[in-house]
Amino acid sequence: MSAFRTPAGGRVDRSRPVSFSFDGRIYSGFAGDTLAAALLAEGVHLVGRSFKYHRPRGILAAGAEEPNGLVTVRRDAARVTPNLRITQVELYDGLVASSQNRWPSLTQDFGRINDLLSRFFPAGFYYKTFMWPRRAWKALYEPVIRRAAGLGEAPTEPDPDRYAQRYAHCDVLVVGAGPAGLAAALAAAQAGARVILCDEQSEFGGSLLSDPAAVIDGVGAAQWTADAVAALAQNPRVISLPRTTAFGYFPHNFVGLNERLTDHLARPDDDAARERLWQVRARTVVLATGALERPLVFPGNDRPGILLAGAAQTYLNRYGVKVGSVAVLVTATDAAYGAALDLHAAGVTIAAIADLRPNPKGLLPERARAAGIEIISAASVLGTQGDLRVASIDLATQAAGADLKFVKRVACDVVLMSGGYNPSVHLFSQSRGKLTWSEAHLAFIPGTSAERELSAGAARGIYGLAAALEDGHAAGAAAAAPAAPAAIDRAAGAQPSRRFAVNVAPVACEAYLGALPTAAAPAKDKAFVDWQHDVTTRDLALATREGFRSIEHVKRYTTTGMATDQGKTSNLNALAIVAKTLGVPIPQVGLTSFRMPYTPTSFGSFAGASRGDLFDPLRKTPIHSWAETQGAVFEPVALWTRARYFPRAGESMHAAVARECLAVRERCGIFDASTLGKIEIVGGGAAEFLNRLYINSWTYLGVGKSRYGILLRDDGFVYDDGVVARLAPDRFHVTTTTGGAPRVLAMMEDYRQTEWSDLEVWLTSTTEQWAVIAVQGPEARHVLETLVEGLDISAAAFPHMSVAHGRICGVPMLLFRVSFSGELGYEVNVPADYGRAVWEAIYAAGQAFGITAYGTETMHVLRAEKGYIIVGQDTDGTMTPDDAGLSWAIGKTKADFVGKRSLQRASMNAPTRKQLVGLRTRDPKIVLEEGAQITASPGQQPPMQLLGHVTSSYYSAALKSSIALGVVAGGRARLGQTLYVPMPRGDIAVEVTSPVFYDPTGARINA
Amino acid sequence: MPENAARIAPVIPAREWLQPLPPAARFILHAEAEARALAARVWQVPLSEKPLRAHVQGTRASLWLGPDEYLLLASSPADASPDAAIALADALEAAIGAVPHALVDVSHRQVAIDIRGPHAEAILNGACPLDLDIAEFPIGMCTRTVFAKADIILWRTAAQNFHVEFWRSYADYVTGLLGVIARDY
Repeated sequence: MSAFRTPAGGRVDRSRPVSFSFDGRIYSGFAGDTLAAALLAEGVHLVGRSFKYHRPRGILAAGAEEPNGLVTVRRDAARVTPNLRITQVELYDGLVASSQNRWPSLTQDFGRINDLLSRFFPAGFYYKTFMWPRRAWKALYEPVIRRAAGLGEAPTEPDPDRYAQRYAHCDVLVVGAGPAGLAAALAAAQAGARVILCDEQSEFGGSLLSDPAAVIDGVGAAQWTADAVAALAQNPRVISLPRTTAFGYFPHNFVGLNERLTDHLARPDDDAARERLWQVRARTVVLATGALERPLVFPGNDRPGILLAGAAQTYLNRYGVKVGSVAVLVTATDAAYGAALDLHAAGVTIAAIADLRPNPKGLLPERARAAGIEIISAASVLGTQGDLRVASIDLATQAAGADLKFVKRVACDVVLMSGGYNPSVHLFSQSRGKLTWSEAHLAFIPGTSAERELSAGAARGIYGLAAALEDGHAAGAAAAAPAAPAAIDRAAGAQPSRRFAVNVAPVACEAYLGALPTAAAPAKDKAFVDWQHDVTTRDLALATREGFRSIEHVKRYTTTGMATDQGKTSNLNALAIVAKTLGVPIPQVGLTSFRMPYTPTSFGSFAGASRGDLFDPLRKTPIHSWAETQGAVFEPVALWTRARYFPRAGESMHAAVARECLAVRERCGIFDASTLGKIEIVGGGAAEFLNRLYINSWTYLGVGKSRYGILLRDDGFVYDDGVVARLAPDRFHVTTTTGGAPRVLAMMEDYRQTEWSDLEVWLTSTTEQWAVIAVQGPEARHVLETLVEGLDISAAAFPHMSVAHGRICGVPMLLFRVSFSGELGYEVNVPADYGRAVWEAIYAAGQAFGITAYGTETMHVLRAEKGYIIVGQDTDGTMTPDDAGLSWAIGKTKADFVGKRSLQRASMNAPTRKQLVGLRTRDPKIVLEEGAQITASPGQQPPMQLLGHVTSSYYSAALKSSIALGVVAGGRARLGQTLYVPMPRGDIAVEVTSPVFYDPTGARINA
Repeated sequence: MPENAARIAPVIPAREWLQPLPPAARFILHAEAEARALAARVWQVPLSEKPLRAHVQGTRASLWLGPDEYLLLASSPADASPDAAIALADALEAAIGAVPHALVDVSHRQVAIDIRGPHAEAILNGACPLDLDIAEFPIGMCTRTVFAKADIILWRTAAQNFHVEFWRSYADYVTGLLGVIARDY
């Protein structure tokens, strides 16, 4: 048996001993222990070094608010979790944990020198010290500060665990399963509501788990809790979630819960999810989040062995652990006497109770006196002593109007402290509820709710077991009712929905805020306000002295409340100290906002299954599998994965693309164009709809014909382009760019529904209905002639830009004669399920004509040789049709189209606008860098006068030369001029040319 | 004359809780009340006037997708071929005639699966944010919604059966994600 384990009692399973290691030493505990409880049972208080001063630190709390005990738990190289609160790590056999922020060890930490040098590290010292030299920040200061900050290390290997996610809805979400939360869940469930009850701890019960002597309605606390849990478990409309933290409260009662599924298991199933993120939409939320005990601020209040009184009581009653042998209680409230009395009964010597109040009386103080415990009233603390553990405490007293007077030094190995309670209003504040300052509680309590939400029990300052149960029950019953939010506001003192009989009398919960009175001579030791960020009373005083008035500014300057615990134990004391220094009431200083997450939440939980191949949809065409068999190299295009080129054995990309390009120019190529966006526009108003939308004129486009269309935004800049075909008088088939398909459809729907409801026209995406096989090159007709049925595709019968229905390989087909290559070309559209088979049939038939599969890279080169733009590559959202050389497409007689008015602005027609041009390097072997800038003269020094930039650049195998497209200020007036592309190795001379490099007359396309 | 091309649908393996559904004829019909009534006569299934509701009759179904937008399904094997789809479309067009409407064949645009069994709701709620409790999402209810980053059409066909449709290129994503989620059930 560990030295500090009681012989019996607590909720741990004494039949299941558990072995674990902490900083390499092997200890033992019991199933049901937290790491903190098991270490305390072994007499270990020292568990960490503080953030800034590296002071030895012990366990302060028993729950989520723990600021000191941050540990790393390691299962294997990939499963290393830093910054876990030692009070929330459940013990399992073989647990390996280590402390953080110390070197070489906890007991001999080199960083402790910071404590001795601390007068050189005042608040805001980062801002004052590391200002210059500026370049030292990246190289020196930041790396050193980051290392010094040392709150554990992130694992370097990919996370092997799985994280689940689930959306859920309920009538009532109850956060917190203490007495108020359990009563609320029971009441709501009884009313027939769908209920979700969550609690961050390993078992439901909250404060009842630490109060075994309590009796509710004649049943012991443990049995009452077990009965409540069982009743909820049997109800199919209730989801009970232990080990589940409600970490974020989002608008409209959307609450994020993180359920820890396997971290408490010694050997989790390999296939089991480690955590589950619940995204809950609740009709009503009941916040039964309890209250956190407030520590006291006095010199040397951070020595290991000094902890919250309620935490000591929890360790004793829930875990059967005495936190020490000789204790001193420093308290501002009756409630903490319960801890001293329980410890006393368990055999711990209570050497003294220092009560801050002048005249402590009441049930519990009387019991303490009866037990022979010395009570010093109107007390304060002058300091503590002890190296790695508190050894004694200097107590003082202060008669009314007199100075603080030293009473005595009391030897002890633990100090219990209590400054009262802070209602846990974090989630209420996150929900944008309005907090109210309560002088009675010396704390902020929930005021007006912003959501359909009810706080209950200690979370709204209602203390005492019976009161909490009744308040919770009333909240649960009200939350389950389908009443309007205003109607579920419970009036104070309203008749409870149910009475609970308990055996414990209500205890006064008084409170103290701010620093304890100190002696006239300043104490030598630091009085900590924020344990985790090492903020002291002096830091706060310095901040106010330096002119900071708002708590928001003080917080940022001193970093108080900004650690991972978000100031759960420190915020109100800091506020009170600042208010006192400034001489203003606390509400006037303000309150910093509570941010999510309530406790740190793992990235894995947020990511869920969205990793690897499931991070984003990887869209593949019906022909993708064929390209894979051909060894294609793929590239992502929007969400699609497209074949980029088809290398033969040993072939480089350059060689493959050159081969593919020449094949298309000389024989025939086949290209998967299935990803092109397609929209079917149908209705009597379809032509007019297109007239209003596109710059082109559509009225006279004949059935069976198509035209290249350009779409602008209302600002006059090119948004998308594509071929529009008329299939019937009232039916058009519109193609868009691959990446632009969703946004073009959305823009069309927007105009259709909001601007032009006068038109009878409807839109349907057919992108994925069709597999599109582009057959391009001088032999394209010969290839298709053998396969196409019922359609004459001769040059005379089916000229460029024709479109018709037909059949191919026994399947209905929509055939386009279009070309994005500059060669004779067709695009075969077949129902997608037939895409691969038809592709293979065309490929087989094309073998006689030298057909070659080509990818997006070759497609890009071929179109650049022809000067065809790619929207988004050669345009950037600031190019007009004229800038892109496309003003010929504008329907001159049209009254209006989207963007027309913007094009009439003078600046949109300035001759100095950047215009699309061709660029030829003097040395044809040099391929320009896309994105490179263009200047008028060589040898310019920064700031250069930049005329434009290169938008597309390739090596053209057909032309045996590099080619490039670019945008150049007044470019079309510069044809023939020599410009320069400044590069690190010197300027590259380029000649401005027409953007059409190949077959400028278009003879080939019409072949 | 080359032989008929083989039909290859996206591969979706069956699981205890997932049944891939065979090819079907699908149409998006945009229509106001008058055209709807004419279409329903040919389709032999009413087109719901109540939002978010589907009607089903044998192998034919109609799903309300919007105030004037419906998904028409014909799942008999005889209706699944492209030529059958053309015939179905012709019949609908003939029935509706000149009354304004838009009928578009999307048979190959999307694929369908049936998510079934006692965990069907929970599995779908792994990435679909809707309330699928049978009281809130009863049999016959249908809607467009999302499954993580994919758009889906969700239709409850029985207490423990959901018909799910999505665009074909999302098949790997949707079924891959479902597979990961279902490991917990």
